[in-house]
Amino acid sequence: MILKNVVQKNSYYDSATLMLLSSKVGQHIGSTKQVAVMMGSDMNKDIMRASGLLAAEGEAANPNDLIFAIQAETEAIIEEALAMAQEILNSRSAKMEQQDTQVVKTVADAAARLSDPKLAVVSLPGKYAVREVKKLLRENCHVLLFSDNISCEDENTLKDMALERDLLMMGPDCGTAVINGVGLGFANKLRRGNIGLAAASGTGLQEVMTLISNFGGGISQALGTGGRDLKEVIGGKMMGHCIKLLQDDPETDVMVVISKPPAPSVMERMLHQLQQSQKPTVVCFLGGDENMDANGLYMVHTLEEAACKALELAKVGRPDDLRQGHDPLPAMAQTLREKLDAQQTNIRGLYCGGTLAYESMLLMKQALGDVYSNIALDARLALDGTAPSQGHTVLDLGDDAFTVGKPHPMIEPSLRGERLLQEALDPSTAVILFDVEIGYGSHENPAHVAAEEVAQAKAILAEQGRQVIFIASICGTYEDMQDYATQKGLLEEQGVVVLESNAQAAQLAILTVSK
Amino acid sequence: MEQKLFGNSLSVINLGLPSFFDDLKRQGASCVHVDWTPPAGGDVRLIEILDRLEELG
Repeated sequence: MILKNVVQKNSYYDSATLMLLSSKVGQHIGSTKQVAVMMGSDMNKDIMRASGLLAAEGEAANPNDLIFAIQAETEAIIEEALAMAQEILNSRSAKMEQQDTQVVKTVADAAARLSDPKLAVVSLPGKYAVREVKKLLRENCHVLLFSDNISCEDENTLKDMALERDLLMMGPDCGTAVINGVGLGFANKLRRGNIGLAAASGTGLQEVMTLISNFGGGISQALGTGGRDLKEVIGGKMMGHCIKLLQDDPETDVMVVISKPPAPSVMERMLHQLQQSQKPTVVCFLGGDENMDANGLYMVHTLEEAACKALELAKVGRPDDLRQGHDPLPAMAQTLREKLDAQQTNIRGLYCGGTLAYESMLLMKQALGDVYSNIALDARLALDGTAPSQGHTVLDLGDDAFTVGKPHPMIEPSLRGERLLQEALDPSTAVILFDVEIGYGSHENPAHVAAEEVAQAKAILAEQGRQVIFIASICGTYEDMQDYATQKGLLEEQGVVVLESNAQAAQLAILTVSK
Repeated sequence: MEQKLFGNSLSVINLGLPSFFDDLKRQGASCVHVDWTPPAGGDVRLIEILDRLEELG
């Protein structure tokens, strides 16, 4: 094997662009593990060194230098990979130049060009993001902070600055919001309506708002807070502001709040604030106390139920009423179970969406007992992401253990392929449960990627004379650009059973493995 | 003149992922992308010193 590092001095590119580039070039030369295109920061150099991809030229690079690190059998392959990487970067630069009327150099320039109200979506590396967010807040801009690796101290500083100015500071690690109909980050094309949402969970918010939209309701505003907002250390300060905005919004008749259970003191304050509202409110604390009595509020325990209850309160009607009490899942499970042999008893959940993984883990835990996971609450059931699955397992593939130096699987779902094959070939696997996210920010054709992986697994299983059940849900709306029906069709062509919500998909998986 | 957040046409500044900017344009939103590069050659300690000088100034 030959290793080559080429350094391009003073050429900054954002890490997501470079991770996608590395992945694309790696796939082209047959191994994503042999290509890294990264900025020369100390952390990136550590990653490259650990992967055996750092040579002397790369070691000498500065944080503002771009390193191309490629390992291959021949010089010719290395040159081909380098040329491909350069071509992709050049075409991106040319595209940005063409857009120059909408491209500026500084936050101040950007703020001067736009009229109020202004909102900034910030997805810079965490260590640089805080100072830019401070500038934005001083420019009277609301902020959606997508970046992670921000300290609690900085989060508090930024949120306090925002609240002093009556501004939103959603995040850090806030993946989605829809404000005045504009989708921000990983968002979806939604029908407008009278249901307003506030959430401390990205894919949780996406699941509820897309189900509401698909089931005939509409969204007034969908706000995020970042996952840490309801912890004691932040005190729910941005959730409090989001709830107030929705309470005061004349377009919002029904409110939905979604999060994991908040810290006790935060929960008390939050429920008190919600109970003061005249507007009917649905509260979904995923994994919270099922018997909690929150006087006047509608407590629910799945994301789908949050959507259904909101639709009922908004006088659109519950979609499950249309089924008139008929639940098709037991009969479906019975048919699927007949395809399995006696050894096949386990569910393996492979998720791109963190909250969807969490929801499935909770439903499975309640019905089946122990569920191993890299996001397990119980340390006894914690599974290192790279370790093989055991028993029932649910993995959040967007967790840091899987994404160091790689794009998030919602952007590049092919990262799931290797694991899907591994699970399919485990003789104890009965069901592989997964999610497909569509909408703004997501991969352009994620079902195609998943369908190819399923086809590959099925071909090997057929040689062994076995079958595995594949069950999925699509998180997205019928109006999203990837086209929901096409995405569903691609999965169904490969025999994947596609349900309309993650809760239903998890429920079908549970029924299939239940005696 | 400051406008209320809800009920008015939203203008969006994008700092970071160019794909988020592409999606904003696709929606027809009023938007601007900041072609951001790390200040001070990406040296975080130097950036902190610059920030402190700015605050003093």
